[in-house]
Amino acid sequence: MADVSNTPLKTTPLHPLHTRLGARMAEFGGYDMPIQYADGIMAEHNWTRAHAGLFDVSHMGPSFLSLPELGGGEEAHRKVSTLVEKLVPSDIAGLAPGKVQLTVLLDTNGGIVDDLMIGRPADPTRQGMLYIVVNAGTKDNDFALIQKAAGGDAELSRADDSALIAIQGPEAEAVVAGILPDAVPLTFMTFRRIKNTPFGDVIATRCGYTGEDGFEILVPAEHGEAFANRLLEDSRVKPIGLGARDSLRLEGGMCLYGHDIDISKTPVAASLSWMISKARRERGDFPGADRILRELKEGVPSKRVGIRPLGRAPAREGTEIQNADGETIGVVTSGGFGPTVNGPVAQGYVDTTYAKAGTPLKLIVRGKALEAEVATLPFVPAKYKR
Amino acid sequence: MTTYYTSEHEWISVEGDVGTVGITKFAAEKLGDVVFVELPDVGKSVKKESDMAVVESVKAASDVYAPVTGEVTAANAAIVGEPAKVNEDPEGEGWFVKIKLADKGQLTGLMDKAAYDAFCASQ
Repeated sequence: MADVSNTPLKTTPLHPLHTRLGARMAEFGGYDMPIQYADGIMAEHNWTRAHAGLFDVSHMGPSFLSLPELGGGEEAHRKVSTLVEKLVPSDIAGLAPGKVQLTVLLDTNGGIVDDLMIGRPADPTRQGMLYIVVNAGTKDNDFALIQKAAGGDAELSRADDSALIAIQGPEAEAVVAGILPDAVPLTFMTFRRIKNTPFGDVIATRCGYTGEDGFEILVPAEHGEAFANRLLEDSRVKPIGLGARDSLRLEGGMCLYGHDIDISKTPVAASLSWMISKARRERGDFPGADRILRELKEGVPSKRVGIRPLGRAPAREGTEIQNADGETIGVVTSGGFGPTVNGPVAQGYVDTTYAKAGTPLKLIVRGKALEAEVATLPFVPAKYKR
Repeated sequence: MTTYYTSEHEWISVEGDVGTVGITKFAAEKLGDVVFVELPDVGKSVKKESDMAVVESVKAASDVYAPVTGEVTAANAAIVGEPAKVNEDPEGEGWFVKIKLADKGQLTGLMDKAAYDAFCASQ
């Protein structure tokens, strides 16, 4: 991430709302973002699992990659997909209309440059366009890479000045039904454009970063605050800060870029091999394919796993992992307290010999070896609407 | 009984030559929900301004420093079993340890309530 100490922080369209709600703010990805509101991380986490939480994720990088002319059917979709497939190992050309796919940008060595979502519009008149959402701290570099890969064949237009609002939790659907009823028929990892809403033309995606059912909704900046306020009028909805977003995603077993995954990790090491589609494996036509195909066949020296400390002490990022004999076998990449699990939870990389669920580990916390074991991810079962 | 405060947001209430130590309400609020506390063993010697205990919230771990040099004579098992007590009553039932002071003269360098409140307001 860039050093932002001398740069004024960027703000999202919901910044005035956070201030009004009394949020505790801090820098994240170059933006001044809410870490928590008055209720605190624990209450916000639990509220999201029980009801519906509203998250400002406008700091992320939504964008559209478009051919000069849209509407050319399957042919146009294949053409625009070919451009991004130079950077990702997933089968974008094979996406069904209306589907989004979680994937990774790779460097030539197969290292993960970022994780991102790529969607294919359902609308036949919009084929030849992809909806692409990247992470906040990496977006400038990602956008440059994508535009470079597209060359003059397609144009990337950024939409990261819009409001991107996530609504997550078991009551998210019921809340959204009263405000954007056209979003309700969406199933997990599908999206659609909804035109002429009271909040302008919006894009609703059924996805999230909590393990709960929910939506991420892209709204024009000028309607962002009104849309958030409309959601917050519903007593089932509370605003949730980045603190609880992190504990929710950790329990959900999801990766945080720059922590659980980065340029030094391949998707195989990161236990994200499912992103590498069959068709792409057969063609071997993605960056770092030699290395990644070899790793798929022969395995990797270490891989990402879930880790459950057996005591009460959380093991934070950077904690050394040892085997029963006291040999170093890995490191924690993110860890904290899981309010739903009601105990500490972590992710990290361990030598592959120790990657099986149930394997005993030792975590070196403040000089003491604490008992832990490899756990199956996610820690909290996902409740997606399929 | 007199209560003193440190710039690291610990308090110490002294009666005779024993001080009860905890973290302040200001610190507890800043920290957020406490989920884990690690206390020193009874009998352990602690040194003024050295780390003595650990308190962890959902997000982060923080050291708690000894406000004075001395020997730990009691540790509050209640907050180990129920860390939320630190948030509920940080300057009462959420106390951390009792320390037998080695040098009561060290107290003169600490803040009184009024000075501490002014210090927090400036933070």
